[in-house]
Amino acid sequence: MKTHPRTPRRLAAALVIALFGLAIFNAAAQTLLNVSYDPTREFYTDFNAAFAKHWKQKTGQQIEFIQSHGGSSKQARAVIDGLEADVVTLALAADVNAIAKAGLLRENWQNSLPSNSAPYQSTLAFLVRKGNPKNIKDWDDLIRPDVQVITPNPKTSGVARWNFLAAWGWALNHFGGDEAKTQEFIKKLYANVPVLDTGARGSSTTFTERQIGDVLINWENELLLALKEQGDKYEIVTPSLSILAEPTVALVDKNVDKKKTREVALAYLEYLYSDEGQEIAGRHFYRPSNPAILAKFQSQYPNLKLFTIDEVFGGWNPATKKFFEDGAIFDQIYLK
Amino acid sequence: METREKTKRYPARRILPGFGLTMGITVSYLTLLVLIPLSAVFIRSSGMGWDAFWSAITSRQVVASYKVTFGISFLAAATNAVFGFLVAWVLTRYRFPGRRILDALVDLPFALPTAVAGIALTALYARTGWLGQFFYSLGIETAYSQVGIYIALTFIGLPFVVRTLQPVMEDLDAEVEEAAASLGAGRAKAFTQIILPALLPAMLTGFALAFARAIGEYGSVIFISGNIPLRTEITPLVIVKFLENYQYPQATAVAAVMLTASFALLFVINLLQRWAEKNS
Repeated sequence: MKTHPRTPRRLAAALVIALFGLAIFNAAAQTLLNVSYDPTREFYTDFNAAFAKHWKQKTGQQIEFIQSHGGSSKQARAVIDGLEADVVTLALAADVNAIAKAGLLRENWQNSLPSNSAPYQSTLAFLVRKGNPKNIKDWDDLIRPDVQVITPNPKTSGVARWNFLAAWGWALNHFGGDEAKTQEFIKKLYANVPVLDTGARGSSTTFTERQIGDVLINWENELLLALKEQGDKYEIVTPSLSILAEPTVALVDKNVDKKKTREVALAYLEYLYSDEGQEIAGRHFYRPSNPAILAKFQSQYPNLKLFTIDEVFGGWNPATKKFFEDGAIFDQIYLK
Repeated sequence: METREKTKRYPARRILPGFGLTMGITVSYLTLLVLIPLSAVFIRSSGMGWDAFWSAITSRQVVASYKVTFGISFLAAATNAVFGFLVAWVLTRYRFPGRRILDALVDLPFALPTAVAGIALTALYARTGWLGQFFYSLGIETAYSQVGIYIALTFIGLPFVVRTLQPVMEDLDAEVEEAAASLGAGRAKAFTQIILPALLPAMLTGFALAFARAIGEYGSVIFISGNIPLRTEITPLVIVKFLENYQYPQATAVAAVMLTASFALLFVINLLQRWAEKNS
């Protein structure tokens, strides 16, 4: 028995798990499946409970949720490949676009809900070690030869794309619109990245557990959370300019029609814009899109100038093409 | 030799019935689990046209990743062939307290989820880790470097060599060595002329298995490698990168290259093994 590799046993285990998974999805016909990205876990736990209560009061109907979390584009691929999500709440519109391209939801989905289908927003900021030993103030400090920067790979991580675009936007502004100088800046910045993790959580681990790097670029909401938990070890540095990150939500038309859940799924997404939904977002350090609620939480967000992806890059489709496709600028900066 | 000849021919009546049934199950099992998924890779990549296929599999980043993956996998498997041999030898030839525990430890890389292995190895070998601090003080970067990849691939490959060698070593009579010694062969001669030829085929099998496993390894490597394009990016990560960008054809094109290369390597090693068997 000990003499051979145990692959058959592993295969059997995989089969059992697969069957088990199928069973769960079949039994859960009256539930709502929300396919989301990584850091929204805690937020949606709270929000789902609030919505379930609201829906019960309004219609008397009991609703249960299945939450799925993972890297944003991996989640989008799962939906494209047949994961029957009623709604997707992903890190960037590009991933929802990919689902639309596969024909699962309509092309102009982003206009169907207020503020570009982004009920809560965020931005990117820096986390540095306590006392800011490398004296990091703004984006141009990140290309100093003595500074190591931790950010995930934009090819595999949603937040990393926001990071890249935030840095690009700052540099473009700094160099007065000179693209060549901007690209040179970005190249120097990524030359300072010793580890390109595949996802945001991986980068956080590298920075906090492995003690690698002087500055971590991450979601503002994640940094505020980290600070709340480990405020004695780190501090947040806010750059002068960053991008307004808009994690987007959408109804997956094909799936809700098939599962006959359109009404409740739409109500679910709309509830994200309600006062209660917005307050929960604020409590989880997202920036509510409703200005009145945002004002209530204003003191917790650092003050900085924000630009949008539409203003500087003309939206996700052109940005993806220009920077992240095969052989595009992100590939070029490594090939010099 | 005579018995072997006999079993090769099909006897008129077998002791256990059911050849048709078991053969049928075997073929459909292998087809469902191996053949169809693998051919899907080739079919999906075949839709993209030769030029696109060629440029996907020969871009500089992809070629650099082949070198990293195949080169380091080879080194790791070779390391395991040597040290796995030693481990197997100690476990089969000597009786000592704790032998069973050691023996069970060998299986650990099989059982451990690779991500767990990756995180554990990174924690150990990073600059702040228990072992890493010594290596770094010697100037060896054991994490986020090619050395890190080598460590991870060596870890996951070890049991393949040990577990293929063990049964063969158990069958190897110590008397043969004693006879060699009594006929005047020195220790070195007994080893190179008696022991090694008998074990070489199994060693090659173990090497091939460890090598093939290392080529496909993803989970443990990405934690420790640093994933810097051109330097520490493995081919499976390149495939994942294509997938994350919804470039299915490019991803399957690179996957097809890996499959073909792995198959060719396994085939060559199989030939070598048969040659070694003949010569032993």
